[in-house]
Amino acid sequence: MKIAFENQVAAPQLPSRTAYGDNQTGTHLPERAGFLNGVIVPEQPGKNAIEVRGVRKVFGTGENQVAALDTVSVSIRENEFFTLLGPSGCGKTTLLRLIAGFDFPTAGEILLHGKDIAPLPPFKRPVNTVFQSYALFPHMTVAQNIGFGLEMLGKPKAEIEARVAQMLKLVKMEALKARRTSQISGGQQQRVALARALAPQPKVLLLDEPLSALDYKLRKEMQIELKRLQHETGITFIFVTHDQEEALTMSDRIAVMSAGKILQVGTPRDIYDRPAERFVADFIGETNFLPGTVVSKQAGVATVKFASNATISAGYPEGFDPTGEVTLVVRPEHADLVPDPAKGTIAGTLANIVYFGTDTHYHVKLDGGGENFIVRHQNSRSSAVTYETGVKVGIQFEEDAARVLKD
Amino acid sequence: MLYVPVLILMIFSLNSGSLVTHWEGVTLGWYGTAFLNEEFHAAARNTLIISVTATIVSTICATLAAIGMTRVKPWRGLAAAFMVINLPLMVPEIITAVATLSFFALIAGAFGLNFGIGNLILAHTVFCIPFAYMPIRARLEDMDLTLEYAAADLYATPWNAFRRITLPLLVPGIMSGAALAFIVSFDDFTITQLVAGPGQTTLPLYIWNQIRRPMTPEINAISTILLMVSILFVAVSFLIARRRAK
Repeated sequence: MKIAFENQVAAPQLPSRTAYGDNQTGTHLPERAGFLNGVIVPEQPGKNAIEVRGVRKVFGTGENQVAALDTVSVSIRENEFFTLLGPSGCGKTTLLRLIAGFDFPTAGEILLHGKDIAPLPPFKRPVNTVFQSYALFPHMTVAQNIGFGLEMLGKPKAEIEARVAQMLKLVKMEALKARRTSQISGGQQQRVALARALAPQPKVLLLDEPLSALDYKLRKEMQIELKRLQHETGITFIFVTHDQEEALTMSDRIAVMSAGKILQVGTPRDIYDRPAERFVADFIGETNFLPGTVVSKQAGVATVKFASNATISAGYPEGFDPTGEVTLVVRPEHADLVPDPAKGTIAGTLANIVYFGTDTHYHVKLDGGGENFIVRHQNSRSSAVTYETGVKVGIQFEEDAARVLKD
Repeated sequence: MLYVPVLILMIFSLNSGSLVTHWEGVTLGWYGTAFLNEEFHAAARNTLIISVTATIVSTICATLAAIGMTRVKPWRGLAAAFMVINLPLMVPEIITAVATLSFFALIAGAFGLNFGIGNLILAHTVFCIPFAYMPIRARLEDMDLTLEYAAADLYATPWNAFRRITLPLLVPGIMSGAALAFIVSFDDFTITQLVAGPGQTTLPLYIWNQIRRPMTPEINAISTILLMVSILFVAVSFLIARRRAK
């Protein structure tokens, strides 16, 4: 079921250059695929909806200065579901507010289809926001809320009514259009907030942790709903969240942020399988950290020796030159237990077994000491070996399981 | 206990005798007398003119002040401005009264200017502002700023955002502030007594003048009417405040 969005379904032909970008070079500049704070960005096919170039945002003055964003650059493509992921205070919401126009950058440019919008007030930017608190107007009905943006744009009444009806249908709220926003549930308010932000057909939709107020089941439902809306409308979504699972399941690409910087930009698979830094590996999913020493390296693969003298080959990110003492990261599902300690790359004592239903976590106290190593084992009907706590076990790694990362 | 004298006052407004201390029977006659009393009419008219004008002007000033002090970037002298607005609440009323009287006397002496009943309206407006200001400011501070961001995000210019979002949501605060301002102006005595010129008798002044003569229950009747008007406005203010809390 496709809802017809004139101009928007065929988004690749958006009149971006005529309407916003006057210079082609501006639109294509980011395809130089350069460094972002030293992190390699993958080649970028397609045009960019938003380009953030060297944006810095400092709050406060004098000694109380805090850099909420420390020279951030990132390009967000058209039609992309792009997620800004990071812990609270990492600057992700600040970046969103700068794109929306609620704050202005201390330095740097924000380009929308090649045109710098950083100095424009929010009401002059073809960008709409879904707020964490929804921010529905309490003195208006559902339909009035959805039509507000169009009304402010001075659209004719008939067009507003048609589009509001279309939006109500899109978010399945037709039956409640005459209700006050205080008379509908949280999930329904969420849908109205989405419809209100989508109604003026923004070039980019900004979503500030829109699902955080919903309970687990509703959140799962809305995740699917959001993907559907993005697909049907063809609008670029920029989604802010601190929930790594949400980011992995919904995004086309993710930017992981910490302390005002973007650490890595990539597809969910890139971010999960090839984290660029220790922080990224630690923040997304569960990870084991193992100390080791680099003995040799060749073509992006290092041979790392453990204290037990066993060695392992481990990849490392481009632009990083691991030497001497390093930390290896291994995902719990990329390792397996073997009953014979001698057959494992490393060995230890099984300290704890945690059953999760779909899988089981084995916590292994390593012989060399340090943090417990966690092995995740998918449960099946025919698990051949059963383990008990206290026994000696070996740990084997899958190929490419280990990576050397910057601390 | 606190309300016993008030209750007695109201009961004796129904006394059929002509004394406020000796009960003889029930009648509504004194209310009739009051309503036919020309002096009472004049006083009521003066009171309404002064109170309504002072309420409107002070509420507008208070609304603008509240917006200027919550929606504009912090500016130098913000704290001082807040002090100035709330000063009439802190200065003893008799001081304000004497000061206002001297001020008008000075103007009259220096420039030969006398605004007549305008003097009273001006004085009332000034001391009503803080009363109107407080509920309006409280409402503005309670209001979710995100709503104004949302309006701007949806292409509303600052003026449109104010007209369509902030102002409609502020109305209960403004109504509540106006009701408070009206009561304060309506029953003001001290300042009015000093500033009022001849022919500018308000209801509180009229009552004051009457009790210096032999009192009849007519005064009780007039006082009761005054009380009822005050209670009505307090109730309106309270109801609005309660509705906005929901």
